[in-house]
Amino acid sequence: MVAPPPDLAIISALQTKLVAALRPILPEDGLLWEPEDTIPYECDGLAAYRRMPLAVALPETEAQVAQILKICHAMNIPVVPRGSGTGLSGGAMPISQGLVLSLAKLKKIVSIDPFTRTAVVQPGVRNLAISEAVAHLGLYYAPDPSSQIACSIGGNVNENSGGVHCLKYGLTLHNVLRVRAVLMNGEIVEFGGLAPDAPGLDLMSVMIGSEGMLAVVTEVTVKLVPKPKLARVIMASFDDIEKGGNAVAAIIAAGIIPAGLEMMDKATTRAVEEFVHAGYDLDAEAILLCESDGTPEEVAEEIERMTEVLKKAGASGIQISRDEAERLKFWSGRKNAFPAAGRLAADYYCMDGTIPRRHIATLLKRIQGMEKKYGLGCLNVFHAGDGNMHPLILFNGADQDEWHRAEDFGSEILEACVELGGTITGEHGVGIEKINTMCIQFGEGERESFWGVKNAFDPDKLLNPDKAIPTLNRCAEYGRMRVSKGILPHPELERF
Amino acid sequence: MSPADSQQHIESFRKQILEAAQSKTPLSIEGGGTKAWYGNPNSFSKLSTKAYSGILDYQPEELVITACAGTLLKEIERVLSEKNQMLAFEPPHFGEGATLGGVIAAGLAGPARISVGNLRDFVLGARIMDGKGQDLSFGGKVMKNVAGYDVSRLMPGSLGTLALILEASVKVLPKPAASTSIRCQMTQAAALQSLNESAGQPLPLSASCWIGKNQADSFGELTIRLAGAEAAVYAAKISLCSSLNAKELDTKEAEAFWSNLREQQLPDFTSLAADETLYRLALPAACGSLELNNMSDDIILEWHGQERWLKGLSDDATFNALKKIASAHGGHAMRFRQGSNVNPANQRFTQLSEQSHSLALEPIQTRLRASFDPSGVFATHRLP
Repeated sequence: MVAPPPDLAIISALQTKLVAALRPILPEDGLLWEPEDTIPYECDGLAAYRRMPLAVALPETEAQVAQILKICHAMNIPVVPRGSGTGLSGGAMPISQGLVLSLAKLKKIVSIDPFTRTAVVQPGVRNLAISEAVAHLGLYYAPDPSSQIACSIGGNVNENSGGVHCLKYGLTLHNVLRVRAVLMNGEIVEFGGLAPDAPGLDLMSVMIGSEGMLAVVTEVTVKLVPKPKLARVIMASFDDIEKGGNAVAAIIAAGIIPAGLEMMDKATTRAVEEFVHAGYDLDAEAILLCESDGTPEEVAEEIERMTEVLKKAGASGIQISRDEAERLKFWSGRKNAFPAAGRLAADYYCMDGTIPRRHIATLLKRIQGMEKKYGLGCLNVFHAGDGNMHPLILFNGADQDEWHRAEDFGSEILEACVELGGTITGEHGVGIEKINTMCIQFGEGERESFWGVKNAFDPDKLLNPDKAIPTLNRCAEYGRMRVSKGILPHPELERF
Repeated sequence: MSPADSQQHIESFRKQILEAAQSKTPLSIEGGGTKAWYGNPNSFSKLSTKAYSGILDYQPEELVITACAGTLLKEIERVLSEKNQMLAFEPPHFGEGATLGGVIAAGLAGPARISVGNLRDFVLGARIMDGKGQDLSFGGKVMKNVAGYDVSRLMPGSLGTLALILEASVKVLPKPAASTSIRCQMTQAAALQSLNESAGQPLPLSASCWIGKNQADSFGELTIRLAGAEAAVYAAKISLCSSLNAKELDTKEAEAFWSNLREQQLPDFTSLAADETLYRLALPAACGSLELNNMSDDIILEWHGQERWLKGLSDDATFNALKKIASAHGGHAMRFRQGSNVNPANQRFTQLSEQSHSLALEPIQTRLRASFDPSGVFATHRLP
């Protein structure tokens, strides 16, 4: 996507003013403004959307964060907070007349308390680093987004990240006790606390998942959970995608909440087998991975029950991991689906819709039809347990027409998710990528309420202002493309 | 409920809200009225959700139930039980007429909160009506939904001061395959130490309750519930009974105990004198036994000590002292229930302005309320 050309003279003057204001409060290497230094920040994990910021600030303390925000507030300069930049929806894409506020240098694990099973960490700490730091205590941090090796806890808070294990252990919201943050005007606040609840309205519930639009996270207190003694995984093959989809619903209906419940379609299995050689059944239309964790007794009991359910659901083949090495081998394909997709096409576009589990097969069949309609291939690999689909649309980014078809393909998938009773994003956030599809899921009243929430925290609309929540005009523009039965959406608005 | 009936109810709510907005007269939302004593009192006109009742959608394999605000809690629990599922946060009913909307607005959870999470964690979506009479839907019926701000999770604990809850989608869980309870005698300090140590182990701890006198070295009765896979519950029972010198309770006795604890029907709760107040302290896990003056000796600890119930004088000096103690430990205090002779106008909660780290949240809360309810229809101050 190409942004309209900005007025370079205005931008240059603003940049000079901002750099002069920020230099005294930051260390020498804590402020970047030359294009060769700021270019790595022009996009996050969604490289299709890029924009150069005025400057990038890399504070090392909460006090510096507060000062930066105060200065930008006074200068009316928008600020885009950024963690590790692994986000997949363009939530950290810069604003051309704004500052990128990187929290990467706030990366201390402040304290670990095994007795209360909590850790206090700065926002730049990597998700996996928390579990690594507490592993010797027999504890870990449960939410495990696929990018956990690189993504930061501050980013996880902003995106309410989940992962393979969130079916059983919950999302970030369920595993964070307290968030310390700085408001756009420089005030420091705390959401939640170490007690089981906090006075007043539960503002932490809107802070988590707010995509950096309400406050800048400076410290997070996370819950740690005991590491299960054992984990085993069942790999089940299905000769029909519908049977596989129904097996997911059957496991849950049997009263089992697996530690992980993931699915890959045939195209994905073939792509990853070439890549990881895990011994997948290449004839299967769908492969389901069902993990159980807990004490050895619990795992044995759950594996037996899940095996029975899978057999009844029509699994054509079942393998159960015999040891940890085999468990990791079974998972290797699922974990490497994205790089495997990268071997099949120059580019791929990862979608993130969620649907009720019972509609998994319906959506997969619809996607097959869309592949033909748009002339593009699609791999389906997803968190089946919570209905969170990740279709990977294959395309060649050098071909503008292919990219536009991929975008339309993606939008149609998300629209189908909403139609089936789901949502346009399960764990990646809205960012800039899905801002148009927000107009499909939410009506005018809801969007107005979202702006009310935004204004309550950031009345001047300076924190990541162009993300996640579309304006009424934007939705009217998006809706204009879909006039149904001659009825124009939002007829009260001027068209331009 | 037919769509036409539903629409009729919605329109009647809208009419009442718009009239209240016009006349600048707040409305106090009421479900079954079972928790009318909870929160700051008021004498505004009632907006009753009782008639807006019915389960709208329940798919056991989706682990989600959607129902109208006025649906009886016992009806929801009955329907879930038929499919061997439950509301895992174990909401207290506090009366036969408890409704889903009331439960969410109160935001209270029962004994299992320490193991499964808060009520808010289970709310997936809500249909609400704001102070402008707008019919709005947030969240959804799926486990993961990060589109827009999580407005539906602002409703739990809001006590009807933000918007009218029309319908809600709540995550449910399968009932555990096995459950058992064990009991032993130990001091409060030892119980807090032991419970937190056990919580750091992969044990199927579901709930805990210590009842005794509020002295660190005074012996009291510790009851622990274990729930989960049969094999895990059995192994944990053997291990804990041996290490704590505990005995397994009879199933019926155990069920009655946890139910009476949840509904506050144990003798320590029911003996509230007319001039006393039942205080609730919410505290971090690290908080040991506390020195508390002007209070009755009896104390009940739930949630591994993170929730504590005690009775005492109803005056402001006592409440302020408790707030100070709780705040010093990183928690807060509330006047949960007052005796019949106590000043009903008492402020029941710790306010944001009383906690330094929350000070800046007060104007945010005020602006948030104003955006949902510009005319003050829900400005009943039940929650400050």
